Amino acid sequence: MPRIWVFGNDVNTDQMVPGRYAPYMLGANDDVRRYAFIEARPDFAPNVQSGDLIIAGPNFGCGSSREYAPLALKRCGVGAIIAPLFARIFFRNALNLGIPCFTADIREQVADGDVVEFDLAAGLITNNGNQIQLPPPEGWMREVWAEGGIVPFYRRHGRFPATGA
Amino acid sequence: MGQTFAEQILGHASGRSDVQAGDMVVVNVDLVMMHDSLSPSIIETLHNELGAERVWDRDKVAVVIDHVAPAATVRQAEQQQHVRRWVAQQGISHLFDVGRGISHPVLIEEGLVQPGMLVVGSDSHSTGYGAAAAFGSGMGTTDIALALATGQTWFRVPETVRVNAVGNFQPGVSVKDFGLWAARTLRADGATYQSVEWHGVDFLSWRERMTLATLSIEVGAKAGIVAPTGLGAEHPVPEWLRVEADASYSRVVECDLSTLEPQVSVPHYVDNVVDLADIGRVAVDVVYLGTCTNGHYEDMAAAASILKGRRLAPNVRMIVVPASSESLHRAASDGTLATLLAAGATIGTPGCGACIGRHMGVLAPDEVCVFTGNRNFRGRMGSPGANIYLASPEVAAATAITGYITHPRNVLDSTEQAVFA
Repeated sequence: MPRIWVFGNDVNTDQMVPGRYAPYMLGANDDVRRYAFIEARPDFAPNVQSGDLIIAGPNFGCGSSREYAPLALKRCGVGAIIAPLFARIFFRNALNLGIPCFTADIREQVADGDVVEFDLAAGLITNNGNQIQLPPPEGWMREVWAEGGIVPFYRRHGRFPATGA
Repeated sequence: MGQTFAEQILGHASGRSDVQAGDMVVVNVDLVMMHDSLSPSIIETLHNELGAERVWDRDKVAVVIDHVAPAATVRQAEQQQHVRRWVAQQGISHLFDVGRGISHPVLIEEGLVQPGMLVVGSDSHSTGYGAAAAFGSGMGTTDIALALATGQTWFRVPETVRVNAVGNFQPGVSVKDFGLWAARTLRADGATYQSVEWHGVDFLSWRERMTLATLSIEVGAKAGIVAPTGLGAEHPVPEWLRVEADASYSRVVECDLSTLEPQVSVPHYVDNVVDLADIGRVAVDVVYLGTCTNGHYEDMAAAASILKGRRLAPNVRMIVVPASSESLHRAASDGTLATLLAAGATIGTPGCGACIGRHMGVLAPDEVCVFTGNRNFRGRMGSPGANIYLASPEVAAATAITGYITHPRNVLDSTEQAVFA
C-alpha cells in the first residue's frame, strides 16, 4: 500500500536532485534514482516504495528545467504527486514522463508516513477510512498517462496532446 | 481586442492570428537551444526513443557548451566529445564551444535570436531570449527532443503579468534591483503558467534587459518579454509585434525606479527579498559576479567603476565569470578587466561558472556568497550549508571592498571621507 511523503512549499528541482548529482556528473552506470532528495530528505530514496505518493505545498518543482529531477522520482516509483500548484516546466516534464500530477491541496487530510489506498483511475485516496476525492485531470493528461508518457503518446498518435486530431 | 506579446508571437508561430490566453496551440519553433548538460539525454531520446534519425532543420539548432566549460572530469569531457561528434554527424550549423559563453547572450550576440521569434531551450533561463523580444521558454529533455524531431512544440497560450517601470535609477541602483523588486512583489509563483511583459526600460541595452528576462522564470513565467522599443538596428522588430493598448493583462504592477533602493535576496529563496538597508551586517567570504542574469559587459563595468583604485577586503575572494567571450573581450579592450584584476578579482572562462554548483568556485559549508546570479536555493552553488545572497553587480563590488554586504553609496562616501580627512 502506498505511503505518503509530505513536502513543503516551493520545493525546487535543486532539492529534488542537486545539479552536482546530474547524470552529466555521474558515472556511466550510476542511477539518478539514488540521488532523489539526497540532501533535502536523505531518508527518501532508500525507503520510497513503488506506488508511494508525494503530497506537497504550492509551487512544487520550481527552478531548473532538469528532467532528471522528475526522472529520479519516476525511477523511485512515485505513483502520483499532489500539490496545489506545480511549476510549469516540472509539470510538463512529469507529464512527458507519465507521472500523474494532481492539482489539489490535501495537506490537511494526510500526514507524512500515512499508509493509504490509491485508485489512480478514480483519483481516490482512502486514508484510514476517509476518502479524499482528487479533482479530475484534463482528459488529455489522462491520455498521456495511459500511454506511459509523451514519447509513446506521440509515436502512437503522431500529434501533441490537447491539440486536436 | 488587442493582444499581448505572448499572444502575438504564439499566434504568428501557430499561423493563427486570433489566439488568446487559454488557447492550446501547436507552434513552429524558430530555434532550438541545447546545452552540454542535457544534450546527451536529448540525443538519446531523439534517436533511441523517438526513432528520429536527423534533426528537422540543421540550421535552426544551436548547441552550446556552457554548463561545465571547460570539462572538469573525464566523464564530462567524454560527453562533450560525444556531443561535438553528433553535431558534426548531423551537420548542425551552430556549435558554440568552450569559452564562447552562456547560451542566452551568445545566441543574441550571434544574431540567431531576433524580436518576435519563438525559441525553446533545454534551460529554464531560456526566458532570457525575451531580452531581444523573443518568446523564449525553457523545457526538459523530452520536449526538446520532440522539437528537434518535428520543428514544433505545443503551448497553452499564457495570460500575462505586466510590469511597468517609471523613472530611472539612483546611482548605485540598477536593473538587478528592479528584477529582485519584481520577485519580491510577484513572489516565486506569481506568474506561473503566465508570461511577464516588462515595460518602461527602453533606456536599457539588451544585455541589461536580460537581467529581467532571465529573472522571469524565478516568478514562474513561461516567457519574459521586454518591450522591443529602443533595441537598435541590429534587432529589427517585425511590424506585427507591438504594444497594443487594449491588450488584456491578468495583473499590472508598477515600480518607480527613482525611489528604488538596493534589493537583496536572502537565503534560500529567490523571492525572499529585502531592502539592503534592512539586513544588518552580513560578513561575506565570496563575491561571485557572473551568469546570464548579471555576468555581462555592463555588469563588469558597473563593478569596475566601484572597484577602481580600491582593493578587495582581506579574506574576500572575488570571482568574475563573464557571460560571453564578447563581454570579456569588451572588458579587456577598455580597461574594465584590468581594473577588476588590479582590485584583486580573478577571472574564469566565460560560461555558467559555479551557478549550478559544479565547478569554478563551489562553496564550502557555512560560507557566505554574494552572487549576481539568479538562484540562491540551498546547495545551488555547492554545499547545502552555504548561504547565497543575490544582489546587483554594484552591491557585489561594494561588498568585495568592505567584506560585508554594503550599499554602493557607503563605499563611495567612506572613501571620500577618507580622502578629505
